[in-house]
Amino acid sequence: MTATLAMHMSDGLLNAPTSLLFSGVAIAGVGLALVRARADLDDRTAPMAGLVAAFVFAAQMINFPVLPGVSGHLLGGALAAILAGPWVGALCVSIVLVVQALLFADGGITMLGANITNMALIGTATGYLVALALRRLAVRSREGLLVTAFVAAFVNTVAASCGFVLEYSIGGAAGYGTGTAALAVIGVHCLIGIGEGVITAATVGAVAAARPDLVHLLRTARPRAVEEKAR
Amino acid sequence: MTAVARKRGAGFLVGFGLVALLIAAALSYFADSDPDGLDAVTRQGCTAVETEQGERLDGHCIAQNGTDHPLADGPLADYTVGGDDRLTGVAGAIGVVATLGAAGALFWGLRRRGTGGQGEAGDTPGED
Repeated sequence: MTATLAMHMSDGLLNAPTSLLFSGVAIAGVGLALVRARADLDDRTAPMAGLVAAFVFAAQMINFPVLPGVSGHLLGGALAAILAGPWVGALCVSIVLVVQALLFADGGITMLGANITNMALIGTATGYLVALALRRLAVRSREGLLVTAFVAAFVNTVAASCGFVLEYSIGGAAGYGTGTAALAVIGVHCLIGIGEGVITAATVGAVAAARPDLVHLLRTARPRAVEEKAR
Repeated sequence: MTAVARKRGAGFLVGFGLVALLIAAALSYFADSDPDGLDAVTRQGCTAVETEQGERLDGHCIAQNGTDHPLADGPLADYTVGGDDRLTGVAGAIGVVATLGAAGALFWGLRRRGTGGQGEAGDTPGED
């Protein structure tokens, strides 16, 4: 076995123009996140944001079984967005993907743009939008927060897998089996999304129990109350 | 923020970091070694054959067009240390530290500095 912990798209799965296209998408998305993230980063949240990235890296190493012979692992976009905000969250996942590609030969270098687009941009954005839509529920009770985290993470995983399907249908190098592959990829990621949801709910729940002021989703819902508490 | 609150805050961050380190260094040994969802689907239709050059995929599948990673022979490739997968935990710990270093440096550099920011209104100036 050459790679037991291999994840993400490897080099050669997309043709060159499509790789370039999604490198452009990734650069634009990460660039925008770099500009917008500043507003969410201060002396208190910056160290937390760094730790969120480290936690996502660690959690991505844990492949859990989903079907016989098939595993899944956390993507982390919804988790990072709920804890650190959508812009910082997108940067957290991007950094993880860059470290994985450059240090651990995990995820193709020419596929970095596509992988960032799927997991750091599409996953984080959809996960955060779902969390934002459910924020009233999340603020109301602990159970509400856990449900919000679970649903946001589930949608994040399925949406990220749809990103792969989109990319492959635009410029898959193999050029066959797109329809079947699409159904299979999305189907498997519905199962992985359940695991993603459980891990995300557990992590967000633990952080919220100890330091609710460090959960971005709760912080923005009631900034004044939390500021008082943080003092 | 009082000195006590500040200390409590630092304690939480250290704990969170230690949990990440523990997951990467110890829990990673219990990770499922089967291919993940994306990997599994892109290999559908192929059978993996071990050769002297490594793995070859026979048949027709998406992953067949995949090429080896240019850094596949790197010291930490595939979350090992020098190809030794008994050291996955060490590779994981290095990864956590590297990620924290890169992300920490970026976010610390990007942060809004000084007092007067909306999240910092109550802080005493010049304490950091």
